[in-house]
Amino acid sequence: MNRNMPKDVANKDQALDRRDERIQHDDGLAGMLRSFVNRVRSGDLGMLPVAVGLIVISTVFSILNPVFLAPNNLVNLLFDCATVGILSLGIVCVLLLGEIDLSVGSMSGLSSAIIGVLWVNSGLPVVIAIFAALTTGALVGALYALMYNRLGMPSFVATLAGLLALLGLQLYILGPTGSINLPYASPLVRFGQILVMPDWMSHGLALMPGLVMVIVGFAVRKRRQSASLSTQPLTILLGKAAALTVSLEFAVYYLNLGRGVPWMFGLLVALVVILNYALTKTQWGRSIFAVGGNREAARRSGINVRRIYLSAFMLCSTLAALGGILSASRLASSSQQAGTGDVNLNAIAAAVIGGTSLFGGRGSAYSALLGIIVIQAISNGLTLLNLNSSLRYMITGAVLAIAVIVDSLARRSRLSHGRA
Amino acid sequence: MVQGHRGNPEKGNPILRLSSISKNFGAVSALTDIDLEVHSGEVVALVGDNGAGKSTLIKILAGVHQPSSGRIEFCGQPVSLDSPSRALDLGIATVFQDLALCENLDVVANLFLGHELSPWNLDEVAMEVRAWTLLKELAARIPSVREPVASLSGGQRQTVAIARSLLLNPKIIMLDEPTAALGVAQTAEVLNLIERVRDRGLGVVIISHNMEDVRAVADRIVVLRLGRNNGVFSPDATNQELVASITGATENSVSRRLDRRTGHNGLNGSVT
Repeated sequence: MNRNMPKDVANKDQALDRRDERIQHDDGLAGMLRSFVNRVRSGDLGMLPVAVGLIVISTVFSILNPVFLAPNNLVNLLFDCATVGILSLGIVCVLLLGEIDLSVGSMSGLSSAIIGVLWVNSGLPVVIAIFAALTTGALVGALYALMYNRLGMPSFVATLAGLLALLGLQLYILGPTGSINLPYASPLVRFGQILVMPDWMSHGLALMPGLVMVIVGFAVRKRRQSASLSTQPLTILLGKAAALTVSLEFAVYYLNLGRGVPWMFGLLVALVVILNYALTKTQWGRSIFAVGGNREAARRSGINVRRIYLSAFMLCSTLAALGGILSASRLASSSQQAGTGDVNLNAIAAAVIGGTSLFGGRGSAYSALLGIIVIQAISNGLTLLNLNSSLRYMITGAVLAIAVIVDSLARRSRLSHGRA
Repeated sequence: MVQGHRGNPEKGNPILRLSSISKNFGAVSALTDIDLEVHSGEVVALVGDNGAGKSTLIKILAGVHQPSSGRIEFCGQPVSLDSPSRALDLGIATVFQDLALCENLDVVANLFLGHELSPWNLDEVAMEVRAWTLLKELAARIPSVREPVASLSGGQRQTVAIARSLLLNPKIIMLDEPTAALGVAQTAEVLNLIERVRDRGLGVVIISHNMEDVRAVADRIVVLRLGRNNGVFSPDATNQELVASITGATENSVSRRLDRRTGHNGLNGSVT
């Protein structure tokens, strides 16, 4: 089989994956820039919309009200990010399959009601209340998956029904009082309102991503070299790690000028990192992308498609329940308003703005984190301007519409550029 | 009806035996009482007109559809192929006509889909090396295994699909129209590949509309017509015989066209 491709003989010294002369290889800094421009032009936008969005938002709001960029306001912003961010993380799993869960808001409201009723009203230990809330979430997710897998109910209808039913259940278990205050001195409420990392710890944690990047980068490099595959240039690896470390350390330093980095935000980041690992480095994650890209192809390659749907819906609702617990601790109350209003759409909008496609098969765990920062920055900035919620809703709605338009246009462009 | 083997006489044991397989889609019976046997080291070609039930039969063997009635034996054991993963586990690999690739994933991910190396910490380097070796064995011209499949041409996708079916060391491999989208050189490569696979002792089932390709590699040609067995031929059977069996009449559109072009009548391919 070596009789064709005489050209291969000429580049035998090249890496195994670089021998085809047709492919453009972008090495070095200039090459990286060129391939980035190419990717964006063909509709593979990546983190670009988020970056542009954040720059525009912070410029506009800090001109209108300088408090916006004050360290303590940003700390508050991060506290607020954590609750809806976790809902958004669950949404990412479901969106990757090309499905949707419209009931994450109601689920979070129900879970905050469960915390209030079991912990405060019934006097059970808080751990049991949390466990009960998370279990309820998992069961609700399993129910959605059952309706989807066995009854063929489209997920948006099943979860729309869930949106109402769960809200009803929330009102039912809260009873006539409608609101339960959680004890202020309890660790759960302190976690949601004041607990921040010590300075040394936040600085230390900010070093980790760069460090891990370099260590993993070197390990992969060594393995690829020994397998005679092409490797990423060292300068780019080190440059990326350095840039990441410097920006993270600066962010931490700036936040530490205020109250510091909230533990709750740390929890969100930890969950994002775990989910990112699961999505990119495990068979489960690969299967999620495959089912989202081409369900029938995934089934024919032996993937248990039903189990994948089950896991994604359960994960989504469980994370929604966790988000509900955190929002109860953030507000120090379980109320009828918890999880209503714009919570649902903010969670979905965050995932889409962060770059997870509504059409399935594309996205990442980081989109939840970045998207929720954009959404909360808008909401926080508008609150600082003393705009009432009518305007906030309209503006957030417009932002969601823009995000979806960008997603659709990018998808069309990807299809015509053969990037799917 | 002609029963013929050519080349190596020792054909090994039957791997797969179907007896009176039927499949109904509602009121339509797509397959009626199909019998088929595939031995190791043998290439069986399934031919038939559009709607003859070739693809349905392949899909039943791949576990995509379940037969309405009938019996499937694999290596002497009766089996029920109730899901694609069951068929894959037994060692029945399939290359579907629509290829069934995930366009959003890259070539490596598609090759290993459902059977990734080290599922809890995907071994991308080992998978990429294995992918390159496999593609080299098939003399495939894939520019990069890290590009999404959406950027590949039809022929390249075909190669990826065939490579994927070989990854799990199957006992039998089924190809639905493997050469339909391919150029001249790539068709030859695929035919070489089929022979190589056969010489390794695998059973091969190939569906094709191209009689030249069929005759070039098949040891037996099984004709389906309207969902029923309609004869088994050796590759030396004439085109007229095959066409007559496929269309169900000695006097058919193909023979009429041939008559018109050659200008004489009386071609008789007598087939039962």
